[in-house]
Amino acid sequence: MRLATVWLDGLWDRNPGLIQLLGLCPLLAVSNTVDNAIGLGFATLFVLVISNASISLIRHLVDEAIRLPAFVLVIATLTTSAELLIQAFDYPLYQSLGIFLPLIVTNCLILGRAEALARREPLLVSTMDGLAQGLGFFLVLVSLGAIREWASDTIILAALPPGAFIALGMLIALHQAIQKILKRFRSKPQPNTQYRRVRTTGDIP
Amino acid sequence: MTDLLLLIVSAALVNNFVLVQFLGLCPFMGVSSRIDSALGMSIATTFVLTLSSVAAYLLQSLLLIPLDVMWLRTLAFIVAIAVAVQFTELAVKKASPLLHSVLGIYLPLITTNCAVLGVALLNTNRAHTLAESVFYGIGAASGFSLVLILFAGVRERLQLADIPEPFRGASVALITAGFMALAFMGFSGMTRS
Repeated sequence: MRLATVWLDGLWDRNPGLIQLLGLCPLLAVSNTVDNAIGLGFATLFVLVISNASISLIRHLVDEAIRLPAFVLVIATLTTSAELLIQAFDYPLYQSLGIFLPLIVTNCLILGRAEALARREPLLVSTMDGLAQGLGFFLVLVSLGAIREWASDTIILAALPPGAFIALGMLIALHQAIQKILKRFRSKPQPNTQYRRVRTTGDIP
Repeated sequence: MTDLLLLIVSAALVNNFVLVQFLGLCPFMGVSSRIDSALGMSIATTFVLTLSSVAAYLLQSLLLIPLDVMWLRTLAFIVAIAVAVQFTELAVKKASPLLHSVLGIYLPLITTNCAVLGVALLNTNRAHTLAESVFYGIGAASGFSLVLILFAGVRERLQLADIPEPFRGASVALITAGFMALAFMGFSGMTRS
């Protein structure tokens, strides 16, 4: 039951890219081609799952006062590993991602999940949450990449920076419109207030 | 000197950090709903950005390169930024409690502002000297502040507008940012790189 909510939240109800607006920088910057989007999506998923799992494992050892520096160090270590792995196995991808690969450290999604969930929940739930949120982010990133690459054949704006903002804005509007239709069929109220967020981007329902 | 000024113009307008390079979008969307909070965030970010680009430069040239551990730069820079943020907070608290009460809540957020780490990493990638690093930091910070305050002004007006329901909230904000990015494309080609 618990795990079902985690998956539904990550993929649709509280999707990191469309609702929580976390990790906007890589989402907009790396979605210019599908290849880049898939590469960064996997790297983020990798860091997010392992960081959620390891933060959940050390949750009793870390003191409340120093938790943020400790979490940031865990995330930075994992990001460096991801960076070195991609550099070793796919050098062209490493070059085209540029500084957005090391910038996974400051992706607020990862620190946000650590702060909101992984530091309180047991290993299984935390890992599943990392997987769900990471996949939700991955799907938005790849669909944005696909839309922009497809549209750039006819509308040159789609490949340029303004196109990224407008395309994501349209995707969010679509999500909200579908959500409104879905709400009519669901009897149970959905708002979830138990998550405390590190950062408040967008509206808190 | 001309080179340094061009570097500022390039970082602030031509390759604007927020609208062209997509760095620092979280505070751009998060604290732009009111002009005064946008102003507070801009001042705090400017200070930390300049300080941390110096810190990152020193760290790189005195520690990372002599010890040949450049692969540790992400880790080293994020620690340096966290220290710079903490230092700024202590200094502001000591110097002006009034300013601290205004800026206090924005300071911890800056640690995860990707523009700050982004400037440090771009300085390394482009092999900037100390002076170039500082000016690049100032340029990036002024570009960020300019766009943040302008966007806050637009969003204050947007609150009164009649927007179709699915587009309300984040959606219309992003589309507005897209039009701002379109306007900033007018600067492209004014300087090299």
